[in-house]
Amino acid sequence: MRVPIPLAAEIAAARAAGRLSRLAGAGGGTTVPGKLLWKLDPGAIDRLAARLPLGSAVISATNGKTTTAAMAASILRERFRLAHNSSGANLVSGVASTLLDARAAELGLFEVDEAALPEVLSRVKPKAVCLGNLFRDQLDRYGELEHVAEGWRSAVRALPDAAALAVNGDDPQVGELARQRPEALVFGVDDPSAARLSLQHAADSKYCVRCGAPYEYAAVYVGHLGDYRCPACGHSRPPLNVVAREIAVDGLESVSFRLVTPTGAQTVRLGVPGLYNVYNALAAASLALSLGAGPEEIVSGLESFSAAFGRFERITVGDRGLLMLLIKNPAGANEAVRTIVDAGAPAVAVIALNDAIADGRDVSWIWDVDFEPLIGGLTRLVATGDRAAELALRFKYGGLDANAIEVVPSLEAALDRGLELTPPGGELVVLPTYTAMLALRQVVGGRGFVRPYWERAA
Amino acid sequence: MKIVVGHLYPDYLNIYADRGNIAVLLQRAAWRGHELEVRSVSVGEPLHSGEHDLLYVGGGQDREQALVAQDLVAKADGVRESVAGGAAVLAVCGGYQLLGRSYRDLHGADLPGIGLFPFDTVAGETRMIGDVLLECELEPGVRRTLAGFENHAGRTRLDPGAEPLGRVIAGFGNDGESGFEGCRAGRAVGTYLHGPLLPRNPWLADWLLAQALAHRYGEAPKLQPLADDFETEAHAVSARRAETRGGRRR
Repeated sequence: MRVPIPLAAEIAAARAAGRLSRLAGAGGGTTVPGKLLWKLDPGAIDRLAARLPLGSAVISATNGKTTTAAMAASILRERFRLAHNSSGANLVSGVASTLLDARAAELGLFEVDEAALPEVLSRVKPKAVCLGNLFRDQLDRYGELEHVAEGWRSAVRALPDAAALAVNGDDPQVGELARQRPEALVFGVDDPSAARLSLQHAADSKYCVRCGAPYEYAAVYVGHLGDYRCPACGHSRPPLNVVAREIAVDGLESVSFRLVTPTGAQTVRLGVPGLYNVYNALAAASLALSLGAGPEEIVSGLESFSAAFGRFERITVGDRGLLMLLIKNPAGANEAVRTIVDAGAPAVAVIALNDAIADGRDVSWIWDVDFEPLIGGLTRLVATGDRAAELALRFKYGGLDANAIEVVPSLEAALDRGLELTPPGGELVVLPTYTAMLALRQVVGGRGFVRPYWERAA
Repeated sequence: MKIVVGHLYPDYLNIYADRGNIAVLLQRAAWRGHELEVRSVSVGEPLHSGEHDLLYVGGGQDREQALVAQDLVAKADGVRESVAGGAAVLAVCGGYQLLGRSYRDLHGADLPGIGLFPFDTVAGETRMIGDVLLECELEPGVRRTLAGFENHAGRTRLDPGAEPLGRVIAGFGNDGESGFEGCRAGRAVGTYLHGPLLPRNPWLADWLLAQALAHRYGEAPKLQPLADDFETEAHAVSARRAETRGGRRR
């Protein structure tokens, strides 16, 4: 028979493991305590979550969950003491680690990996759930998109009626999750002037979720997100009640929009660029609304937000700048490319492709990214990371002259080469995959230009 | 010289960066002064034999694969007559499965294939996911390797005497047991390997181009060599990945 270990003892042991991991120089150690707790007693997570006096709020999406959670934290932290997994440790173990560290927190705010969502929802029994989008991502890890979507459908069906739900109505599969829940908040964009001309190459959910016929789009905003309608069966975007209108992009500096909610309309000016961040802001606003935040709190929280860890960072390195945008799947990388090119196509770029588990071992996704808008302006591409040569091929066969491509697998050497090619006062564009981003931050951190992520204020 | 490629269902079967394979065919033809035209042949559109020198069928998720399977049956004669007339074929993953006789999914439902290749495919409980390395001998005495990535639930079992595309050096291959991968019937090849396949295995792209030219002009011209430094390095990295982490069961 297994002797139950008291929760307090488990917590103490798991916390000590986190400190040891950090002391041993193994990085942030952010998931070590949670992994240990998860091993010792998975049910301990349920009990820890139940201790939070105001319960938990959970955010999931293929793209934007870290940013959405950071925006929501920026809104909610004025009102509540939060337990927030802000470093992006978003599996069950990461949630457990955050709960272990929570101590005096009142409300849990968790971004959750899309495949881990069903398990997390069943354990933390959230008060509010916000679901952003489902894109093709790391097929080697998650299996097919449809598989993840099915997991979400059953998880949402299992939610108690008391749990608030906010969904992105512009994503056919995600919007459909609100049909059974009339109180759900449905957010989306309604501004045809911000639309794209056509679906991107990598568009995923372009066939009707009900009958399989291709959707017709009145407007396409990001990937397959937009105002869709099935000409065969009539399935269409659900009515929106949290809406972005009058979107105005201001280069790499900001994007502003009119936020229309059931309680009124305000203008929001975000300190981060890109239409995709409007979606993140809508998601965060919807979640905050469902937790009782008022319009002024939402606007000031969104406006005081600055980019989430590694997603979009500007780092000064001596007399030059680095502009780092994470790329991890076709839909997200397309938005990164679009954001950069809209602000003026760069002549030099460092693009880093790793193939660890967190990046996706299957690198074929880079061929589904529309890198072509970058190619016209590039005079030099530094391809780096473990799969640097594969990346070089993507650009060579995409039409970039092979002589304009340098393959430099070492990330540090590639960064230095990129900086060397950047004039003083200039800014170098760096597009890394996840583990390459961590490694590059460590390089610039080692030179004293950024703080390690586990020391950043939550 | 001119090559016409028929790209089957590009709007449905495109999940593993199939456009990378098309881009490689286009560029490697163009760099040698040949004109390669890609014609889309999708649901409800006729496939006339003799029109194409090379047919390409990519991979899709189960949902998309089911959507095209019935349509492909209507094109079966066109595909078979094209191949009998000497057209080349490259079919990858889902497209490869559809060119066999049948595909049975996890729920026991059968999707019809067109029987261009002599095999049946049955989905298993676990997916076979990982890096793969094969050794092929498409021309007698010329052994070359293919490096790629596989991700399939289907177990493909070739009929006795059927010719595989290659022998598995590392990875799962057709069924995780036989030690073989893919299938070949004359100028038609099918495989689970994506990655995409052709950028890091340019010799296969050139072999397909040569077959396509032979279909159109009766004899395959000698293709002039190209500078393949990135390709060679990408192949080497991919091959090492297969040797160190391919074919492991999850």
